[in-house]
Amino acid sequence: MKRTIFSNQLLPWLLLAPQLAITFIFFLWPAGQAIRQSFLREDAFGINSSFVGLANFRALLDSPEYLNSLQVTAIFAVSVTVMSMGVALLLAIAVDRMLKSARVYTTLLVWPYAVAPAVAGILWWFIFNPTIGVMPYVLDMVGYDWNHISSKTDAMLLVVIASAWKQISYNFLFFVAGLQAIPASMREAAAIDGAGPVRRFFDITFPLLSPTTFFLLVVNIVYAMFDTFAVIDATTEGGPAQATNIMVYKVYFDGFVGQNIGSSAAQSVFLMAIVITLTIIQFRWVEKKVEY
Amino acid sequence: MNHMITASAVALIASLSAANAQTEVQWWHAMGGELGVKLEEIVKGFNDSQEDFKVVPSYKGTYPETMTAAIAAFRAKEQPAIVQVFEVGTGTMMAAKGAIVPVYQLMQDQGANFDPAAFLPQVVGYYTDTDGNMLSMPFNSSTPILYYNKSVFEKAGLDPEQPPKTWAEMEEFSKKIIDSGAASCGFTTGWISWIQTENFSAWHNQPIGTMENGFGGLDARLSVNGPAQVKHWGNLKKWADDGIFKYGGPVGGDNAPPMFYSQECAMIMNSSASRAGVIANAKDFDLGFGMLPYYDDIEGAPQNSIIGGATLWVLSGRPDEEYAGAAKFFEYLSSPEVQADWASFSGYLPITQAAADQMQGFFDENPGADTGIKQITLNAPTENSKGLRFGNYVQIRGIIDEEFEQLLSGSKDAQGALDSVVERGNKLIEEFQAQNQ
Repeated sequence: MKRTIFSNQLLPWLLLAPQLAITFIFFLWPAGQAIRQSFLREDAFGINSSFVGLANFRALLDSPEYLNSLQVTAIFAVSVTVMSMGVALLLAIAVDRMLKSARVYTTLLVWPYAVAPAVAGILWWFIFNPTIGVMPYVLDMVGYDWNHISSKTDAMLLVVIASAWKQISYNFLFFVAGLQAIPASMREAAAIDGAGPVRRFFDITFPLLSPTTFFLLVVNIVYAMFDTFAVIDATTEGGPAQATNIMVYKVYFDGFVGQNIGSSAAQSVFLMAIVITLTIIQFRWVEKKVEY
Repeated sequence: MNHMITASAVALIASLSAANAQTEVQWWHAMGGELGVKLEEIVKGFNDSQEDFKVVPSYKGTYPETMTAAIAAFRAKEQPAIVQVFEVGTGTMMAAKGAIVPVYQLMQDQGANFDPAAFLPQVVGYYTDTDGNMLSMPFNSSTPILYYNKSVFEKAGLDPEQPPKTWAEMEEFSKKIIDSGAASCGFTTGWISWIQTENFSAWHNQPIGTMENGFGGLDARLSVNGPAQVKHWGNLKKWADDGIFKYGGPVGGDNAPPMFYSQECAMIMNSSASRAGVIANAKDFDLGFGMLPYYDDIEGAPQNSIIGGATLWVLSGRPDEEYAGAAKFFEYLSSPEVQADWASFSGYLPITQAAADQMQGFFDENPGADTGIKQITLNAPTENSKGLRFGNYVQIRGIIDEEFEQLLSGSKDAQGALDSVVERGNKLIEEFQAQNQ
């Protein structure tokens, strides 16, 4: 790679300044505040404030609700990732085989990505609403009593479907691009050697697609863990009985609704650690070890 | 020409300084829709009635959003003079001694016309300290009542003029209704926390917590796992299994009213302030009103129900003129005319006896509209039926819903669920105590 040499030492900093300012104001400073708050115990109005060391963290690890939230987040993130990537891959393979209409389908399939998470949540909430929704009516005919207000499983399914649906478009685009980068000659050669479509997919297409798959894996886990707040807020609000109370939602609820700022800050410090880990995995491992 | 410009400039400056002489008093509130429009009308009435002050209302979203916004603003030293806070935020506001100006003190300091004895004790009792001093100004208070479908009662062969009085009748009537095919469910309810736990306890003169339900200080703890509450939650679970009762969801129970409107359930317990909404939706059937049912084998029942809704808190750290304005505004707000007008319009309870008296004509014309006020004034409040006051109570309400859901799903029995409410709730109360000491 060619290195650009600046003769003026100041210029590169000047050029970087806007980005650095944004990083500082919107990322570093709030993160610092969160770390500071996580060691404090404070009333809602900030009148009494005392340093409590690691008490907020210890309380979290002792709290069955927080451990439940960890578990819920894991189940949720894995389900959303598997579902959105699985469906996207199927659709991408289907489009990859088309010759003429591929472009139209691609455009149509990308549309849901433009829908805001809160709107997606509301849409699915309507479709699955036990009183007025279409799906419970259909499910009732096959003998399933859908009720995401009282059933934990139904509630989890609802938020997984709503969150995965939105992400399918994004995954689909990357998979289509990834598939098109695989030389047709390799699959043709395998076909001549007598490999069927399933064998060709698992022996040729899927391994060659692995860089895309790894990249999407990280992106989807991050999406499910951090960008689905609006979906949860618009549908289940973490219920019933905390069955869909993912970590991000719990930070919001404990901090903003419950006014327990110390605990909320400690939870965001945990979340920060998770994001940092995922970022390191992506940069150190996925980007370097997986060959493009 | 030049003269004209100078003259108009002088006039402009004069009018500006006149406008400046008027002190603006910010009021953050959570009343959307029709109630918000009415609220602005009341404010306009006040602003037109005098020239020194101008109350500026701003809608800040839901109750929790409004409270959060006010707290964040206080931390940033940009707080409004007046903020509307829902009843479960009372514990938090009260404990924040440096952040609030108690209403009785405000009225005293400003020499306002203020007679604590004029207010209904059942309404203001919720918001007084142990010495009986009023801390915030009740604005919209309601209490849960029973709404029932007279047409369904008739179809089921029941007397449409006789709502069930006891829980035994509630069960009996519901069975008749279901067996006769008049409706597929007996009853539903909004607010498991507020109606079936807090009001249930007050109505049966049972404590929710120690030290006068938390009025006595920050050392108070929950004790809502008493035999009466366990019996009632156990029955609700049994009735849910039998199909007599249908659960309407957490918090306010958003799915409960549609079940009543669609005549799936014959009865619903909900806020007296939803009266207008219920009437508007009960187009295909005759609507009846009743008091909350009680267990006749529990001594002391029926006692009196407690209120919900919101009050106006005055935040500290504003210029003195604004407090003069706030005091003037509260005087206006508690006048019988304004109160009677607001209460008749909204279905909220009047906060003074004078206003209640003035509403007699309205009550005569609108049968059932006085059910709420009759119910809260049924008996003089005891220490169990004055209200409740705990910190972190917004989250505790959430815990009540969650444990009720655990009960419904069968993973806990009534005793176990209420024991968990007490255990988990007390942890939050301890945390709150630690934060405020």
